Amino acid sequence: MSVTVKKATRESFGEALCEVAKVNDKVIVLDADLAAATKTSIFKKAYPDRFIDCGIAECDMVGISAGLATCGKIPFCASFAMFSAGRAFEQVRNSVAYPKLNVKIVGSHAGISVGEDGATHQCNEDIALMRVIPNMVVLNPADHYEMLAAVKAAADYYGPVYIRLGRLAIESFNDPENYNFEIGKGITLRDGNDITIVATGLAVGEALKAADELKAESINARVINIHTIKPLDEDLIVKAAKETGKIVTVEEHSIIGGLGEAVASVLAEKYPVPVKKIGINDRFGYSGPATELLKIFGISKDNIVKTVKEQL
Amino acid sequence: MNNTQLKKLACRVRLGVIEAVYSAKSGHPGGSLSASDIFTYLYFKELNIDPKNPKNPDRDRFVLSKGHCCPGLYSTLALRGYFPAEELKSLRHVGAMLQGHPDMKGTPGIDMSSGSLGQGLSVACGMALAAKLDNKDYRVYALLGDGESEEGQVWEAAMFAAHHKLDNLCVIIDCNGLQIDGPVAQVCSIEPIDKKMEAFGFEVMTIDGHNFDEIADAFENARKTEGKPFAIIARTTKGKGVSFMENQVGWHGAAPNAEQYAQAVKELTAELEELEGAE
Repeated sequence: MSVTVKKATRESFGEALCEVAKVNDKVIVLDADLAAATKTSIFKKAYPDRFIDCGIAECDMVGISAGLATCGKIPFCASFAMFSAGRAFEQVRNSVAYPKLNVKIVGSHAGISVGEDGATHQCNEDIALMRVIPNMVVLNPADHYEMLAAVKAAADYYGPVYIRLGRLAIESFNDPENYNFEIGKGITLRDGNDITIVATGLAVGEALKAADELKAESINARVINIHTIKPLDEDLIVKAAKETGKIVTVEEHSIIGGLGEAVASVLAEKYPVPVKKIGINDRFGYSGPATELLKIFGISKDNIVKTVKEQL
Repeated sequence: MNNTQLKKLACRVRLGVIEAVYSAKSGHPGGSLSASDIFTYLYFKELNIDPKNPKNPDRDRFVLSKGHCCPGLYSTLALRGYFPAEELKSLRHVGAMLQGHPDMKGTPGIDMSSGSLGQGLSVACGMALAAKLDNKDYRVYALLGDGESEEGQVWEAAMFAAHHKLDNLCVIIDCNGLQIDGPVAQVCSIEPIDKKMEAFGFEVMTIDGHNFDEIADAFENARKTEGKPFAIIARTTKGKGVSFMENQVGWHGAAPNAEQYAQAVKELTAELEELEGAE
């Protein structure tokens, strides 16, 4: 077993950019005055000539990235999710996704775990916004090793990709020795036939802890990590519904338009079973320490355990 | 190519605009006609392009930021040999190659999909920056509308262009003075647009956008300018070339009926014949 790393996925992202840039000279990185926060600063230090700070102008940054992509570059353009996916939504849709340009949109500080900055910066809507755009791939890696692999996969894939990053340091659970990342393929992390917990991003770690606790009470919960929200691994979800009969989804995102709705939508059409969604319940957040907010908003091991028991 | 030849080509571009918009029963003739002389000069004199090799990585790029004026661009591209002029007749039809706004994936010669206003200059900056990064000498041109310049992103991009000294970038602002809701001066004035562009770090030249000597002079100056991007403020007449469309807000986005179509074709054909007689 490899060493467990406690690191924010934004940090892993910054390191991953340097790795892909080493082998692919088309990779170029843009930021909008948040390099120190999104961790593109790591790349900036290693490759100053391939880093462009656009200033506080996210819509412009997305357009510049589109122009660079038409000339053969592979731009990763990063800001807080609120701005890259939110403010620049229409630029992403019309200037990147419609012409299917090879631009990677990066949304850091996604979700409630932004913490103290409060509601204006806690973007719980980015997955919904990016998922609804045709041609868009939506990735939400769950730990350090997954982020490293996801960035590499995004660089190798031709077309628009949205990558979600978190601010909070989280413990890794994947083993890099035998870890395999494939866009669109979910990963079953725990086997079980009583119920399935489908989680994404930071919530996957909580789901694993919940499953361990449930196991101690002889409840065997399957845990599926959905790192690619679009295209969704429908086969894996339907299989889980067939074999376990009940689904709980967990995400650090609004229960509207995110993983939960994507899963419920597939099952409604292909194999209806009860789906309970854990996420932000159609409300704004507020300031506070990230770990405390995650507990309050129910993106926690305890709430997953409680919810699973309610469903059984 | 002399001015008479350019004028003749511009006349044919305008005829194509009328043909396309009439066939589509919708579209934007006003701004297509105001920019027709600029389109003509760009595609027949200025741009380093090859219709037989529209994806050549070393070609000059053109971004039509005011994408709704694509009938003018399509007509020019057809005349330049990118695709048959017959295509103009299916503009905006189901399954047609020529979409209501430019689609780079489906139409040869279109360097960027556009239509949502205010986004093209950012894209042009990206293209110009790519040339700098790769030490290539292709140039990038972006055509914006005056009404479009009310969009904030235009000014984000203008700042970026000057900051990065993109002297391979040339912006043309087609100042025909009208937008959908009325005269730009009444809706939300952009003036003094020349001073604004100057203040944003551009070398600026104001010209009559229908005078080929002045157009030529401006593009020549743009090429000579080093260390900063160039902006051409082209004063134009919306609907230029079709008497009843000139300076009429209503012709921003409306198609002529059969009678108006015949009248427009008659006027433009007469102009073309006059030019041919003058040769």
